[in-house]
Amino acid sequence: METARKRWTFKMTPWRGVFLLIALLALAIILVRLVLGLGATTNLNDQWPWGFWISFDVLLGVALAGGGYGIALIVYVLRRDKFYPIARSAMLTSLLGYVIVVLGLLIEVGQWFNFYKPFISWGHHSVLFEVFWCISMYTLIQVLEFGEIATEKVFKGAHKFLKLIMPVLLVIGITLPTLHQSSLGGLYYEMIGKLDPLWWSPLLPPFFLVSSFFVGPAMIVIETALAQKATNHEAPVPVLKGLVKISAVAMLIYFLAKIGDLYVAGEIGNAFAGTFASNMFLLELGVGCVVPLLLFFGGLCAKRGGLILYGVCTVAGVVMNRFNVVLTGMSDYLNRGGGGYFPAWTEFAVSAGLVCIAFLVYLFVADNFNITGKHEQEEASFARDGKFITD
Amino acid sequence: MTTELTAGKKFSALVDIPRCIGCESCSVACKLYNGLDWDEERKQLTALDRAAEPNKGLWPEDWTSIAQYNPEKDGTQTIRFVKSQCFHCDEPACASACFSKAFQKLPEGPVIYDQSLCVGCRYCMLACPFDIIKFEWGKAIPGCRKCQMCAPRVVSGESPACVTACPTGALFYGEEKEVLAEAKRRIIAGGYIDHIFGESEAGGTGWLYISDIPFEEMRFRTDVTTKPLPSYTESYMAATPFIGVGWAAVLAGLYVYNNKGKDHLD
Repeated sequence: METARKRWTFKMTPWRGVFLLIALLALAIILVRLVLGLGATTNLNDQWPWGFWISFDVLLGVALAGGGYGIALIVYVLRRDKFYPIARSAMLTSLLGYVIVVLGLLIEVGQWFNFYKPFISWGHHSVLFEVFWCISMYTLIQVLEFGEIATEKVFKGAHKFLKLIMPVLLVIGITLPTLHQSSLGGLYYEMIGKLDPLWWSPLLPPFFLVSSFFVGPAMIVIETALAQKATNHEAPVPVLKGLVKISAVAMLIYFLAKIGDLYVAGEIGNAFAGTFASNMFLLELGVGCVVPLLLFFGGLCAKRGGLILYGVCTVAGVVMNRFNVVLTGMSDYLNRGGGGYFPAWTEFAVSAGLVCIAFLVYLFVADNFNITGKHEQEEASFARDGKFITD
Repeated sequence: MTTELTAGKKFSALVDIPRCIGCESCSVACKLYNGLDWDEERKQLTALDRAAEPNKGLWPEDWTSIAQYNPEKDGTQTIRFVKSQCFHCDEPACASACFSKAFQKLPEGPVIYDQSLCVGCRYCMLACPFDIIKFEWGKAIPGCRKCQMCAPRVVSGESPACVTACPTGALFYGEEKEVLAEAKRRIIAGGYIDHIFGESEAGGTGWLYISDIPFEEMRFRTDVTTKPLPSYTESYMAATPFIGVGWAAVLAGLYVYNNKGKDHLD
């Protein structure tokens, strides 16, 4: 017992208490949803079958977790070793993001106990089929990837094996997100004539893919700033600067493609039509692309403050983009026979609760496992446990 | 399932709007044949009320409905009744959107739904070009609900319940070719606008409409694409496995090349 108490720690702080309370509230609402159904806990209706949970938990959750596959590509495949210090925490955040997505989906679908049906009844013409397979496989791959870290501490016997298959996991673990990040955009192909042409485009899949790629570094900048306070693990500025550079180049390509696409479709004028949708579109591109691009190419991303501002604007842009696709861009069509949709407080609370659960798990893992990838710490922690493993 | 009578045949239906008197026998027949519940409040709605509802009167337990419109014709106000139900598309968007094959198009024509395969994601509802599919929001174990075109009747050579009940000939049912020919014959005979709604809409539908009043005045979705909706995703889905395998091969090559002679990262 003495050693067990030493090995697992979870320091309770006021903030962690707040997270815990919100998480418990969410769990209570989820219980009500399971007993009474979606009608009792959401404002969804026959005109609005998809709402806040799909846009926030799924589309946005997957996009913001895009930092995991991006960093895996940059560090392990392209071997830009200077980014290694943040690789483990970025990939852990991504894993937690996907766990939230999967949990969110289970609550969101009507017959959650049928979740496995697409594994046995293949609707392989559906873009959602690809999204489902890729997300579930990728979540499994990420669990195994994290297993490589976890087995430094528990189930040590499996560590060597996981280390051996790591290259395979990494290659598959980059391929799958590339496919489903773009396919989440592909889901809206079928909404032609329903989704506002400011967002509907034959290029929806590449737009979703590239935006998930450039938002990855932005999330890492924000995460490390937050984690620094909570775990005293500070990411070096040059590392973040290098990441933001990669992000900004991808964003520039995205921005130019977006303008070019609108021009070809003859929709540029509609962006300035002054409607709610067009204003949201301008806000999305302005805050999410123009400001970060000016920050970067104007040389203002040299210090931590500039980097954080870049991160916040970029993340806000992608948040707006996903909400605009699911809600703003669909509203003219879905509301045209009357009716409407605004999320219920329970919808906000459940999503907030899921995020809090992710925070708590992250903090627990950061307290108990070596996610900084530093060997000195690894050895120190083993020495503290009085247990050495020989490699 | 197919009997000798219907082997190799595909059936469709025609709704002749000016011939409908709004008696709602079709709605009652649908309720009875499919065992659908009556809702006390909705029972009070008139056809005019239904025309003002976002869903034109289609609810989980109402698979067909009659809505009343009062358009102007030749300078005077007139009354027209429009029946709504699933269009049973030739290439249904719901079936192509469903990732667990809960929807399927029968060779005889009906597009049917199997709740035991359904996960409840509601992507079908968004994909449907006519917003027909309804969801049981109030149930702990909900499913999708829509007109099944009385599939057991159709495959055994009978007409759907609503068609059987229609006393005015506003509903005409038969083999696809006959129904289309009948629609054209009626238009040529005069009194209709020269457009068969459903002939090309959404790539062609199993239920066709003819009218003497422009369709857009009666909440028809006249701006719907005429390209079959599944075609928007088909080539994308066909290319995906090749893109996936190709991209994985590139990554594997890069991994080997970039890691050559270097210490492996943990």
